[in-house]
Amino acid sequence: MIDSALIGAALWPALVNGLTMGAIYALIALGLTLIYGVLHIINFAHGSLLMVALYAVLVLFERLGIDPYAALVVVVPGMFGIGYVLQRFVINPARHGRDENTLLVTLGLSIVIENLASHFFKTDTRQIETAYTFMMVDLAGAVISMPRLLAFAGALASCLALAVLMRSTDLGRAIRAVAREAQGARVVGIDVDHVFAMSFAIGLACLGAAACFLLPTYYVSPQVGHGFVLIAFTVVVLGGMGSFTGSLVGGLLVGVIESLGGLLLGESLGQIGVFVIFIVILLFRPAGLFGQRT
Amino acid sequence: MNVDSTPGEILLAVDELHGGYGAVEVLRGISLQVRQGEIIALLGSNGAGKSTFINTVCGLLAPGHGRVEWLGRDITRLGSAGIVAQGLIQVPEGRRVFPNLSVLENLILGSYRRGRAARQANLERVLTIFPRLRERSGQSAGTLSGGEQQMLAIGRALMGEPVLLILDEPSLGLAPLIVEEMFGLIAQLNREGLTILLVEQNVAQSLELANRAHVIENGSVVFGGSRAELLATDRLRRAYLGS
Ligand SMILES: Nc1ncnc2c1ncn2[C@@H]1O[C@H](COP(=O)(O)OP(=O)(O)O)[C@@H](O)[C@H]1O
Ligand SMILES: [Mg+2]
Repeated sequence: MIDSALIGAALWPALVNGLTMGAIYALIALGLTLIYGVLHIINFAHGSLLMVALYAVLVLFERLGIDPYAALVVVVPGMFGIGYVLQRFVINPARHGRDENTLLVTLGLSIVIENLASHFFKTDTRQIETAYTFMMVDLAGAVISMPRLLAFAGALASCLALAVLMRSTDLGRAIRAVAREAQGARVVGIDVDHVFAMSFAIGLACLGAAACFLLPTYYVSPQVGHGFVLIAFTVVVLGGMGSFTGSLVGGLLVGVIESLGGLLLGESLGQIGVFVIFIVILLFRPAGLFGQRT
Repeated sequence: MNVDSTPGEILLAVDELHGGYGAVEVLRGISLQVRQGEIIALLGSNGAGKSTFINTVCGLLAPGHGRVEWLGRDITRLGSAGIVAQGLIQVPEGRRVFPNLSVLENLILGSYRRGRAARQANLERVLTIFPRLRERSGQSAGTLSGGEQQMLAIGRALMGEPVLLILDEPSLGLAPLIVEEMFGLIAQLNREGLTILLVEQNVAQSLELANRAHVIENGSVVFGGSRAELLATDRLRRAYLGS
């Protein structure tokens, strides 16, 4: 009796917490979805590249005193540039027309990046403390920290901006066109290699934004990407490979399930709920929540 | 057909063009010219190399030896984006519309490289030519019928303000009535001043439209001349018209 009353009272805060983390998951997964949908490659370096972005935010804060939110204007274009160059001059040339090669390149890339990070930053877990780290907001009984609320709003706004870009700009239309009909895209004069590189770049820009929103409430270590990349893959498959709506809904869902799982089963077992739901959904909808059967 | 007796200036001049797929050579030195205002038919049986030729001219396939000139300028290795920007635009075999995009978005992407300034006006013009596309403008292109997809592919090409429009087998797989409509449209576009290179296996109907024809066999041009000259060549008449 007491137990269930306690859980009832804790439900709303857990839900709010889950949603805030879920929005970050959604943003990370959107980048992965974009890259998969257009390039038909699974970017195994996604987690390591998120780690790079997190360290960039950390270094900018510690060395130059740049606020993590202000760092958006540096880190997002920076990740975008890295993505463009990586795809156009490393991944694409190494592809030689075969998807398996790309897989190996991104896998190799992630190993190199993580080793470099371990070398330069050691394996310590690092955090930052800002003036607003411990600022709390009361949302109808759920008390969450200000940076978490900002992360939620920022991640959702980024997802929205990406949706507008994909729907209403020539670049977005070209990206979607190339995803399904690359030859037709060449026929109308779209530079397909450029669109490939732009897609990878935008996918990494999402990581840059996620890192800026995440660091004030999280930590960074050379291995920090592992957990995120696992969850991002889960979100992408759960939502339906290549579906934007699926990534957004899937991300929020995974965040909430993880948080509720933690409440009911304890912190260390919380993620089990994610994988149980994952399997159940795939049993009934093999193409994911919003995936199209082909 | 109100053909000007004075031929227009040369838009496209292809000289001894070779090309193919990797080590496989398909084009064995193709030469032809297209002049402003005409309709040229490019005929040949299945596998003769017509699409390979078109795609090499349009920069979608890497050319071997030979030269492609557009308004006197070398465009052999310009690449498809640069070639589209010149107004040399094709409606590809198999249509190649974007199935996941709406009809409207397909048309908009037709002006991705060229014709962006007059996008709205051109859109209105295309939707007037193809009222069915207007009805279906919000629908995704993958849900259209074959004939509608062909209309969309042509409309998309028109959005790029073509100077020379290349149509690669526009009648392929369409019902006779729709084919009739299609050829009528091609004639109308030509009357409005558009130069057309029509690739077809449907020889009888293309010859009704075309001022001149070229016939490709095995990657070589075996005939180039007027409709009357083609009909006067027994072997070709028998091979392509069956009489
Ligand atoms: N992608 C390809 N790779 C290799 N060979 C091809 C390819 N496409 C066409 N071919 C070959 O090139 C030749 C010419 O084909 P194509 O240009 O499509 O002929 P057409 O358009 O006149 O029917 C054919 O022998 C065909 O088998
Ligand atoms: Mg063909």
